[in-house]
Amino acid sequence: MLQRLTLSPARTDRLFRYLAIGSALLIPAVLAAFLIQLGWGSAPAWREFGTGFIIGTDWDPVSNHYGALPAIVGTLLTTALALLLAIPPAFVTALYLVDAPAGIGEVLSQALDLLAAIPSVIYGMWGLFVLVPLMQDHVQPFLSETLGLGQVVFFGTDGNGFGMLTSSLILALMILPYMSAVMRNVFKMTPGMLRESAYGIGCTRWETARDIVMRYGIRGLLGGIFIGLGRALGETMAVLFVIGNVVELPGSLYASGTTIAATLANNFAEADGIMRAVLFALGLLLLLMSLGVQIFAQYYLKMSGAGRGEK
Amino acid sequence: MNAEAKTGDAPVKISVRNLNFFYTGGHQALFDNCLDIRANRITAVIGPSGCGKSTHLRVYNRIYELYRGQRAEGEVLIDGRNILSPDVDVLELRRKVGMIFQKPTPFPMSVFDNIAYPMRLHFKLSRSEIADRVENALRGASLWDEVKDKLKKSGLALSGGQQQRLCIARAIAAEPEILLMDEPTSAVDPVATLKIEDLVLELREKFTVVIVTHNMQQASRISDYTAFFYKGEIIEYDTTDRIFTNPSHKKTEEYITGRFG
Repeated sequence: MLQRLTLSPARTDRLFRYLAIGSALLIPAVLAAFLIQLGWGSAPAWREFGTGFIIGTDWDPVSNHYGALPAIVGTLLTTALALLLAIPPAFVTALYLVDAPAGIGEVLSQALDLLAAIPSVIYGMWGLFVLVPLMQDHVQPFLSETLGLGQVVFFGTDGNGFGMLTSSLILALMILPYMSAVMRNVFKMTPGMLRESAYGIGCTRWETARDIVMRYGIRGLLGGIFIGLGRALGETMAVLFVIGNVVELPGSLYASGTTIAATLANNFAEADGIMRAVLFALGLLLLLMSLGVQIFAQYYLKMSGAGRGEK
Repeated sequence: MNAEAKTGDAPVKISVRNLNFFYTGGHQALFDNCLDIRANRITAVIGPSGCGKSTHLRVYNRIYELYRGQRAEGEVLIDGRNILSPDVDVLELRRKVGMIFQKPTPFPMSVFDNIAYPMRLHFKLSRSEIADRVENALRGASLWDEVKDKLKKSGLALSGGQQQRLCIARAIAAEPEILLMDEPTSAVDPVATLKIEDLVLELREKFTVVIVTHNMQQASRISDYTAFFYKGEIIEYDTTDRIFTNPSHKKTEEYITGRFG
C-alpha cells in the first residue's frame, strides 16, 4: 500500500517538469488575457470615437465626448521629466556605493533598499502635505523669478504647487532608489581585474566608471532605467495626490493635468456605459505603451550591442 | 635554457630598496625586498604560491592603492625617482608602467578601440595617427595579421591567447617603458603560451619586462634574470642561468628542482 503512494524519482521529475512548464506558460497567458480583456472592454469606445480618441482633447462627461491626448501627454511628460531628474543622481549614487568604504557603503545600501520599498501612497501623502507647499512658496517663485526662467516657453510663472513639475519630482524620488539599486548591483558585477586593467593604463576613477564599468554593465544599466521608466509610466497613487487632476493639455510645467493612471483611478468608481469603455481604452493604451517601452529596450540593446563590442 | 639570454651590462631601471608591504589589518606580505631590475632585460619573479610575487609587482604601478588599508614602505626608484613618494603623479606612473594580468581583460569595446582607448586617454592625436599607431601596437604584439579584418569586432570575440596579446598591445599603446606581467599565460593554452613567450622576448628590445610566473620552464626559457621569492623575502636574485644551474641558496635549489612549491 505504502509503495503505491510513493512516487518514483522519474515520476517526480516528470511532475516537476509539467509544473514548471505550466507556471512558465502562465506568463504569456496572463499577458494575452489582459490584452483581450482590455481590447474587449474598450471596443465601444473605439467604435464611438475611432482612432481620433487618441488625439482628442475633449473630456466631457455631460455630452459623453472623450479624448485621450491630455492623459497621454501628461503621462509621457511626467515620466520623461522624472527620468531626466532621477538618472544622473541614481547613476552617481550607484557608482559611489560600489566603491564606498565598507561600513558606510553597507548602511547606505540598506537605506537605499528600504527607500525602494516605501509604498507609493506614502510618497503621495508626503508630496501633498510637504512638497506641494514647498513648491508653491519657494521652489516655483525661485525658478520663475529669481532665476528668470518664467520667461522661457512652457516654464510658467503662476504655480499653485500642484502640477507637472511636482509630479515629476515625486516620480523621480520614487524611481531613484529603484534604479540606483539595480545599477549598483550591475556595477558590482564588473570583474576586479577588468577595473584594475583600466586603472593600470592610467584611467582615473571617473574614466574607469564611464568607459569601462558602465560599458561592461550597460545592459543592466539600461535595464535599471527601463524599470524606472516602467514604474513611472504606470505610477498612480503618488501622482494622483499632486498632479491636480484636470483633464487638460498641460500648458506649462506648473500646470495641473492628469496621467492615464490617475484618470483611471479618479473615474473608475462611478464609470458606466461609454465612460467605462473609455477607461478600458486608456488602460489598453497604457499597457501598449509599457509593452512598447520593453520591446524597444530589447531591440535597442540588440542593435547597439555591436557598437559596444558585444559581437 | 634561454639561449638568447642577455645579461651584459645594462643600466638599472627599477631599484627596490627595503620594500615592506602590509595588507589590510597589518598583515605583512613583503619583508625588506631589495632588487635592481635592469633596463631592456626580462626579469622573472618565481616562487611558491602566496610568496608575495604578485604583491611585489603590484607595488611598481601602485595599483594596490585601489584597496583601502594596503600600504607599502621603503623605496621603489624608477629612473632614480622614488615612485612611492606622495607627489608622484600616479596616472602618469601607470602610463609608464603597463600591466598585464593573469587573465585576458579586453575592454568591452571593439578590437580597434581597445588599443585606441589608452592613446586617446594620454595623447592628443588625429584619427589617422591613431589608426597608424593601432596598427603598430597590434604588429608589436604579433596580432595584426590575425585581427586586421576583425578590428570592428568585439575584443571579447577573440580567442583567449589573442585576447591576452590584445591586452599586451593595449599596454604598448600607452607607450610605457616598463611592462609588468602577472602570470600572463596562466589562462591560455600551450600554443598560445609559446606565442606570448616569443612576443615577450621581442618586447625586450623596447621595454623593461618583469614577469611573474609559476612556470619554471617559462622563467628559464625567456628571462635574463630571476628573483626567487619565499614567504615575502627575496631569497636569491641572479642571472637566470646561475639560478637554474648553480643556485647559491638551498631553498632556491629545492624549489627549482620541484621539491616543494
